[in-house]
This record gives sequence, structure tokens and C-alpha cells, in this order.
Amino acid sequence: MNPQGAALHIHAAAGPDYGHVMGEGVDVSHGPILYLDDITVSFDGFRALNKLTLTVEAGELRCIIGPNGAGKTTMMDVITGKTRPDLGTAFFGQTIDLLRMTEPQIAHAGIGRKFQKPTVFENHSVFENLELAMKTDKRVKASLLTKLDSAAQDRIAETLTLIRLADQSGRLAGLLSHGQKQWLEIGMLLMQEPRLLLLDEPVAGMTDAETERTAELFNSLAGKHSLVVVEHDMDFVGRIARKVTVLHEGSVLAEGSMDTVQNDERVIEVYLGR
Amino acid sequence: MRSGNLFNNRGWAGIAAALVLIVILAPLFNLAVPEGTALHMSDYTVALLGKIMCYAILALAMDLIWGYTGILSLGHGVFFALGGYAFGMYLMRQIGLDGVYHSELPDFMVFLDWKAYPWYWKFTDHFWYAALLVVLVPGVLAFVFGYFAFRSRIKGVYFSIITQALTFAFMLLFFRNDTGFGGNNGFTDFKRILDIPVQTSEMRMSLFVITGLVLVGTLLLGRYLVTSKFGRVLTAIRDAESRVMFSGYDPLWYKLSIWTLSAMLAGIAGALYVPQVGIINPGEMSPANSIEIAIWVAVGGRGTLVGAILGAFLVNGAKSWFTVAFPEYWLFFLGAIFIAVTLFLPQGVIGAIAQIREMLQKKHANAAKAAA
Repeated sequence: MNPQGAALHIHAAAGPDYGHVMGEGVDVSHGPILYLDDITVSFDGFRALNKLTLTVEAGELRCIIGPNGAGKTTMMDVITGKTRPDLGTAFFGQTIDLLRMTEPQIAHAGIGRKFQKPTVFENHSVFENLELAMKTDKRVKASLLTKLDSAAQDRIAETLTLIRLADQSGRLAGLLSHGQKQWLEIGMLLMQEPRLLLLDEPVAGMTDAETERTAELFNSLAGKHSLVVVEHDMDFVGRIARKVTVLHEGSVLAEGSMDTVQNDERVIEVYLGR
Repeated sequence: MRSGNLFNNRGWAGIAAALVLIVILAPLFNLAVPEGTALHMSDYTVALLGKIMCYAILALAMDLIWGYTGILSLGHGVFFALGGYAFGMYLMRQIGLDGVYHSELPDFMVFLDWKAYPWYWKFTDHFWYAALLVVLVPGVLAFVFGYFAFRSRIKGVYFSIITQALTFAFMLLFFRNDTGFGGNNGFTDFKRILDIPVQTSEMRMSLFVITGLVLVGTLLLGRYLVTSKFGRVLTAIRDAESRVMFSGYDPLWYKLSIWTLSAMLAGIAGALYVPQVGIINPGEMSPANSIEIAIWVAVGGRGTLVGAILGAFLVNGAKSWFTVAFPEYWLFFLGAIFIAVTLFLPQGVIGAIAQIREMLQKKHANAAKAAA
């Protein structure tokens, strides 16, 4: 009866071991963890994505930049099942066809998403936010009957320390500062143990110190997880980027190291105008 | 952390007090204390409080789906009425040959010149089968309706409007004589339950006590649900449904289970209501009735459970006084309450009490600081 059943099954073998690359479910034997090909999305004739083709390798930290309306958020909507493209294919690893799955199924398969506007459960405590996000059986019956075991509590405590909210554990998430909410959301993603993290403007509204700390965090996550970061803050991108993709009008304009794209004629033109 | 205990000590004390009131004091003051003395509780009061307790169960059902899950149903009257009709069928069968026409069939069927019970009346002369229908009929309707609505991701005001249409459609259906539920007169003139006469003080008191116990039971069940992780997921759906989905929960099954349970609870409330009020007719399914349920919950305070009970008592208490003192103005007054609560008490009466308490505590703390 429950459509999540199938997706959950894949993960039955996954232990509570946090933060490690696990082979279950996602087949990355040929390298890429995310493979978008010829994705086209139109809204009332406007092409938000225009034959977008993009590949992200397992363990990679990829930054995506581009002017407003370039299609960055729409791309994330497609990957996470929120928007169905008109054309194209999207695969997670070699075998998982993202276009046939619902949002919860995609989340179970191992893709975590952070929204542009930090989205946490404001009427729940910080601890409860992490508890709800934690990778576990998320069907109704399990939520009704299972209690939080000590291993799970330890994992939550570990994440609380990592996102530096250990002293805010009992506080309502709605009372946190903007930057703290961003971190809480990142912490919630980590609790899901995703293979691939999609982060939409993760440092918006953060102080310099918080941004610095986030850069460190992302650098430490790369390799263990694959990350796709959409960001406007060029300093931040410079600090974490290995490879940068520039989107423009729904397709890839340029791709390469930060230096390469910064010196690319077309990129300069798009950003600065003629 | 809220998980763990159902209630704190004060809460448990409140539950115990309510039980003593319902099970010991009310029967004592109604049946044992002689009429005319100051402590006597009249049959009228018993009937009124019994009726309001049914509404309180209905309000709890509404709070689970609206207060906690953020889905405003403006059609809960239909589930309440269907529960009432399901049990009403049994009560009609219990009339036996004592109807006006002394027939095996209820008077309205004789009047329509029907010769036999329609198929859906089958087995309704068995108490337990009727009791099963009380939860099954609203439950199945809610499940099917909810499945399609939630699967299509119908939300917010659109969902509310569709539920209004649902209850309105059922009202029109039940108004028809050939639907087989007594048309606009509905069911009335009940004589017996389990072959025991229904119009006695003892029976009235028994129904009162049962309703009170069901009310307390519903509160406990509600608390159990909302303090579980299941309840936290419901609140999370209310506050940020997309985050819930991207965290790997499928909101459909969460919404559908609480929605169906809520409808079943409403059905039970309806079934308890009918023998105490002595009538069920399609008027219970009028759109306005369903809106009123939401008002009780809003007045008491959404998402608190206790607030729903309080709201049901406050509004219906006011109603029973108002409709006697100023019958023409009740609806205006109800509208005014709703506007006032929305504007000035967004958290309802419970929220206002909590705020006042907090203010007093602060004052107290400040005074203590000044003294030191």
C-alpha cells in the first residue's frame, strides 16, 4: 500500500554509521552520481531549463553559479522530484531514474536538499528537527511505535556539535537566528545521510565567521558526500570550489576551475553586460 | 523534549478530577440527591452537558486534523451525522412494533408505502453491527475522499471548500425521502437501547457517563498521538510540508491516517449525540454546522486538545443561554466571537491564559529582583 516501501527496502542494509560513503542503492561504479541529460522545463512558454546537460562525479563538490533566472533552482526542483521536465533524462548513479520517483522516494534514495530560504520546523525544538530528519523507517506505523534509541540520540548529539547548536538543543527552531537556521537545515540534511547534497544559497544571511565555518564544513564533507552548491557569494565559491558550472538561460554556459570560468569571455559578458 | 510523558502531574490531576466529576459526582447529584435541594443536578443539565461533551469529542477530532495537521475541514458535520445516522438505524429498529403504524418498519417507510427494509438496513437490528457502522461509514468515506484529495495535493482553502461541498451534497442526499433515512424529519421517537427504555433518568445518566468516558479516552488518545513522533510529523506537515517530503516522509499517508481517524471520532461523537438529543436529521450536515465546529476549536485554542474541549463548552454554553435570552441574535454573536478571537486571541482562550500567566510570572520575578 505504501509507495515508499520499495525505496525503503534498498536501504535496509544501511547502518546508523554516519557520514561515510555507502554503496547501497546508488551505483556509482562508472563515476557519476548525478547525470542530467537534455533536461528541458517550460513554464508558459518560458524555458527555465533548456537542454541542460550536467554530470556530477561521486564525492565531488560542485559549485553552480549564474545570474538570476538562469535555472539554478529549477534544476534542483527537477532533481528532487518537485518539477517534472518536459524532456530529458535524470539519473542518480547508474540505475536510479529520478523522473519516475516522488519527492520522498528521492529523499530515501539519498538526495538531500537545502532550500534557498532556510526551511526548518519552526514549532519544533532543534533536537526534534534533527530527530525528524534522521534516516530511519519513515512510514506511519514506525513513527507511531518506535522510540528514540541511545544510538540515535548519540547521532543527534554528534550533529548538534557539528553544526554548533549543542547549547540550543531544546530551543524552538523558529527562535534561531537566520544563520543558525541555515546550519540547522544543513544538520538535518546530514541526519538523512544523503549521498548527494543539493544546497541552494547556503550562506545567505550568515555572518563572515559563520560563512567561514560553513566553508570548512563543506570542504570536510566533500569526498564523503557529493555536494552541489548554488551560491551568489563569489568569495565563498572561491573558498570551496574545485569545479564551477555557470548556468545561463537554462543551459551550461561554461564549466571548469574558478580561474577558467572567471576569465571566460562569455561569462564576463553575461555577468557584466556588454 | 516533549516526547515521553502524556501529561505532567497537573494534567493527570485534571484527568482524575474530570473522571470523578463524570463517574461519581454527576450521577450522585442527579440520581441520589432529591429534586428541589440545592445540590440536585436536573435532567435538563445532564442532557445539556451530555450533548456538549459529544461536541467536545467532535472538537477534539477537529483539533487533530486542523490544529495539529493544518488541514481545515469545513465538513466534519458529515462524519458526525453519518455516525449518528448509523446508530440511529439501530435505534429505529429498537422501536419495534411501538411506532404509530405498529409495523415492523419505521413509520416513515410505512408512510412511503415501502414493504421491506432496503439492503443497507440489513443487520442494523444488531447493536454491535450498528456500532461498527458508526466508525466504519465515516472512516471509509473519509479514507476514499482523503486519498484522492491528498494524492492530488489539494490544500488550504481549496480543501476546505471541497469539504463544504461534501457535507452539502450529503445533506441534499439525506433530505430526499427515497434515500431511506427519513428525509427531512430524519430519525426520532426512539424508545429503547439494548431493550432498555431510553427516556429514563437512569438511561440518560448512563449515556452521560459513557460520553464522558469516551471524551476522556479521546483526549488521552489525542495526547498519545501528538506526543509521539507521528504527531511531530503532523505538526511538521502543517509548518513546512515540502521539508517533510524532502526529508523522506510521504505526507499522503500521514494526512490520510489522521484524517480518517478524525472522521471516525466524529462518527462516535454523533452516535453518542443521537440517543441523548433524541433526533438526527439532515440539518446536522448543513455547511454552517461544520463551520461552527471550527469556531469552537478556534475559540478554545488550536493545537492544544484541551483548548478544543474548552471551546466546545464555552461556545455551546453561551449558545444555550443566548438562544433562550436573545434567540434572534445568536448568529450575530457567534460571528462576533469568531472575529474577536481571530483578531485578538489568535491562540484562543488557552493561549490567552498562558500569556497572562507568563506576564504575571515575569512581574513576580521582577518584583523579587527589586526586593533583593
